[in-house]
Amino acid sequence: MNGSPYLLRENNSVTVVMLKVLAALIPGVIAHVWFFGPGIVVSLLLCGAFAIGFETLVLLMRGMPLKPFLTDGSVLVTACLLALALPTLAPWWLYLAGVFFAVVVAKHLYGGLGQNLFNPAMVGYAVLIVSFPVTMTQWAAPYGVAHAIPDLWEAFDLVFAGAGAISPDAYTSATVLDTWKTQVRLGKDAADILGQPIFGWAGGRGQEIVASMYLAGGLLLVANRLTTWHIPFAFLAGIAATAGALHLLDPSRHADPLFHLLSGGAMLGAFFIATDPVTAASTPLGKLIYASLAGFLTVIIRTYGGYPDGVAFAILLMNVAVPFIDAYTQPRVFGHKHGGKRGQA
Amino acid sequence: MMFSQEARDIIYNGLWKQNPGIIQLLGLCPLLAISNNVVNALSLGLATTLVMAVASGSVAVIRNVIPHEIRIPAFVLIIAALVTVVELAMHAWMHALYIVLGVFIPLITTNCIVLARVEAFASKRSTAHSMLDATMMGLGLTGVLVALGGMREIVGKGTLFSGIDLALGPMAKGWVIPVIPDYQGLLIAILPPGAFIGLGLLIALRNVLQERGN
Repeated sequence: MNGSPYLLRENNSVTVVMLKVLAALIPGVIAHVWFFGPGIVVSLLLCGAFAIGFETLVLLMRGMPLKPFLTDGSVLVTACLLALALPTLAPWWLYLAGVFFAVVVAKHLYGGLGQNLFNPAMVGYAVLIVSFPVTMTQWAAPYGVAHAIPDLWEAFDLVFAGAGAISPDAYTSATVLDTWKTQVRLGKDAADILGQPIFGWAGGRGQEIVASMYLAGGLLLVANRLTTWHIPFAFLAGIAATAGALHLLDPSRHADPLFHLLSGGAMLGAFFIATDPVTAASTPLGKLIYASLAGFLTVIIRTYGGYPDGVAFAILLMNVAVPFIDAYTQPRVFGHKHGGKRGQA
Repeated sequence: MMFSQEARDIIYNGLWKQNPGIIQLLGLCPLLAISNNVVNALSLGLATTLVMAVASGSVAVIRNVIPHEIRIPAFVLIIAALVTVVELAMHAWMHALYIVLGVFIPLITTNCIVLARVEAFASKRSTAHSMLDATMMGLGLTGVLVALGGMREIVGKGTLFSGIDLALGPMAKGWVIPVIPDYQGLLIAILPPGAFIGLGLLIALRNVLQERGN
């Protein structure tokens, strides 16, 4: 059995690990502000505040000490990952509902930090996309596409007071994944779709840079041994292989692998979400199986499913399989010929 | 004392201790599928209770006549006949509701709680006790259905008793209670995942109450 990666070094308490994970997200957030305006700052602040509020409330109800659990930073990481997965400039209650399901239902009702079966941020995302499909597909449009990019105060105003007289069309658009899916189903030509202004050189305009920044931050995490290479690599390889196979079969209906890697939640999912040490597989072989199947499912859900992005559902589905995968991939114990009886963890 | 000790045990078992919805977890298919609002939940619950009471009563009456080896097919035939009666009655007098509940009315036949009470209780006990047991089990299930339906309807739509006109006719249209006005609705509560999450919460609540009681 491998130790969890953060145990490999000394002085890596949960707090330090969580702060480093948050630091690794900063390049992506900066790129997001650069291309989409400061709306992301509002959703990060809101989700963070709601998460600390709910965490405090539940800890009090459970009669648990506040300080160690609030200062370990894990709830902030959940909140930030959720905020980065949600559309910006959405009404405040969307963030409230998402954080409630992430922190209260997915984390604490399952027993709190370390006990949860499902990734909390992805449960929050999944509940929201199932419950509010329209709000969840109105994403802030990047510079060059949007008629107006709200500044920080306008963003606060949109989140708390609603759009009012302004039509959301002025500053939002569908995501590239959504656009690709609906227009391919309408029989449009792939080249025509990719020529639309929200598409950039590989993924969504601006989104491809944000995703690359997540990749950079994620590589730093791996270099610092805060996570092993297995999950991000296998997840991205799963996406690339599946998308590549589909693209080869019919390029007019299936986008190329680079598009799949750089759009939606693929990069964020690969390095920051699928790697969650609580809900991911823990053996090296198990991690490869878990993450490559999650990548495979992501592309399958994107291509054939009803929802625009498949990262959240793919990771949640593979979360269910984790105990099973771990039980069957126990490494050989030194001095024994086989790693104990199969299936006995 | 109105009831004997035995009758009181039967009532307590059906409504709380052995509640089919949250303890035995029998009959979950309709429980999860139809509990998206109070009216649906209550209608299907009462229909199931009626079938259970009459089925258990009839089986108890003829329990000594049915050959042991073919008792299950005999029970199912009796239940299916009763369900057909209920289905035809709803078709005739509550047609709108009949359309909404759809396949779940005939499916009462296959609801395992009906057969479970017939096999486990009615085939061995007196007619009166069997009918009491089936009624209480049915009401216990109905209670869980209504609680779950209420939770899902309030969270999912912000109303209570929507669709009541389907059961009671157009004059009941104004009886729908808007619990949360101008509510967008958390769609997941109405969808199947909401049923599972809601049932989990109800089971947890029941366990907490049980622990506190002891």
